[in-house]
Order: sequence, then structure tokens, then C-alpha cells
Amino acid sequence: MTQIIDILLIEDNPGDIELIKAGFDEARMAISLNVISDGEEAINFFDGDEKLPDLVLLDINLPKVSGFEVLKAIRSNDASSNIPVVVLTSSESESDVTNSYKGHANSFITKPVDINKFLEVMKSIENFWLTIVKLPSEQTADRSYC
Amino acid sequence: MQAIEILLIEDNPGDIEITRQSLNSGKINNKLQVVMDGEEALDYLFQRGKHEKSNLPDMILLDLNLPKVSGREILKALKEDELRKSIPVIILSSSEAAADIDESYQLHANCFVTKPVQLETFMDVVQVIESFWINIVRLPDQL
Repeated sequence: MTQIIDILLIEDNPGDIELIKAGFDEARMAISLNVISDGEEAINFFDGDEKLPDLVLLDINLPKVSGFEVLKAIRSNDASSNIPVVVLTSSESESDVTNSYKGHANSFITKPVDINKFLEVMKSIENFWLTIVKLPSEQTADRSYC
Repeated sequence: MQAIEILLIEDNPGDIEITRQSLNSGKINNKLQVVMDGEEALDYLFQRGKHEKSNLPDMILLDLNLPKVSGREILKALKEDELRKSIPVIILSSSEAAADIDESYQLHANCFVTKPVQLETFMDVVQVIESFWINIVRLPDQL
């Protein structure tokens, strides 16, 4: 059975986008990675009728609208409220960590500065979230047919 | 580094033993507390009765099917509480049912892991959980 896992990356830094893509290139499973580079566009995506992802990787510092606002929009929309959101940010601030968990982010990860460590983190995310964890079932509200 | 406090809420003695052994075998400094029924888990987490002086854990491993109060109710109580909602809750259940998985995420479980039936795989999974949540993830500051 080949199931494609849809991952939505919400990230504005081109270098980080490349690294994350590279990290998933070696994945053992079929992944489809979509990238949105600003917060406003991310909110519009969840308000729209495109197919929802299985997992979201969310940066906090984004152009136009912050990651916290995006997280709030994801959680307040019935169709997307249970999609796992992994915050992946350069921030180490304790208030960002606490606010992310309070906003029901599923996990908070600080991006390592070192490239090799970043790639190791990507491998751990893949191994944990895509192999060990059971993700919610495909979103039943398939909005593309609305 | 201060030991990471893990609260395991689980009623099956075999599963408790596997989890304990698995967490002991790693290099990570952790302190495991075990509570075996749902009612006591709520007392522990809300610091009531004999658990009045309990420390809030850094993370929780929660079974769904528990005596007295279900794991769902514990999850709901935690995630509705302003102070405790930031504590990561990892559902560790024998269930593979989509309804249980979806409901857990709806109630804001941080993730859902099905216990493998095979002993060695179970131990491996506990170690991956430990290593991911303690080495890779940034946990909230101790409450």
C-alpha cells in the first residue's frame, strides 16, 4: 500500500525550506511537500477549499501574520482543528514555547544552527511523526468536493 | 541537567514494566511516576488529596482505557486547564481505531502512539518517544 503523506511547510526562509526538503528527500515513505511562505497565505489556505495536509510544519516568525495567528486559525477551523502542527522555529524563547503549547501545537522544535544537526532533526521528525505516531484519519470534510 | 519527570498513567502491570525498563535503559535522566487509575491520575495532576504536594510532570504517557475515569476525560481536563494545557500528553494505547485516534487529537493530545504487541518493538517505540520528546523537542519550562 503506497499512501502519500501530505505535509504543509509554512516557512519563509529559503535556506530552511531547502534543508527541510533535503531532509525529506531520504524519507522512507512517499511524501508530498507543499510550501507556503507567508502567514496570510497560510490562513487563506486553511480558509479555502484545497485538500488539507496530514501534518503541518510551522515557523513562528513569518511575513504579514505570525505563526501563532496561523496556529489559531488552524485550531479554530473545524476541518483542520485536529491536524498535528509541529512548530519548527529558530526561536528559543520560553514564551514562544509555552504559547505554542497553549495554542495546541503538537510539538515545539528549535531549528539547530548546524546543518548536519538540522538534517538529523528532520530525520527524527520523519521517524517519529510519520512512522511511530498514528496521524488522524484523512480529513473527512473533503473540501474539494464542496 | 534536572531529571525530566514523566508521568505514566497506565493500569496494565505488564505495560508498566516494559515502559519502566525501556525508560531506564536509555541515557536520558528521567524520573518516572506511575499512576494506575484515572481517578488517582486526576488527583495527582490537580494536586488533590494524598497528591497535594505532587510535582507537575514535564510530559505524560496516557493510556485511554483506565479504571474509574477514562484517559479521554483526563486528557480533556488537562487541556482545558490554563496552567496544565501546555504539558505534552502522548497517548499510548493498544487501540488502533480511527475513532480513538481522531477523538484524541480533537481533545488536543500531542500525539497518538499505538502500543506494539511485540515486546521488543514496544520497548523500541518507548525509546523513540523518549528520545524525540527529550532530545529533539523543546518541552515547556517546569511548572
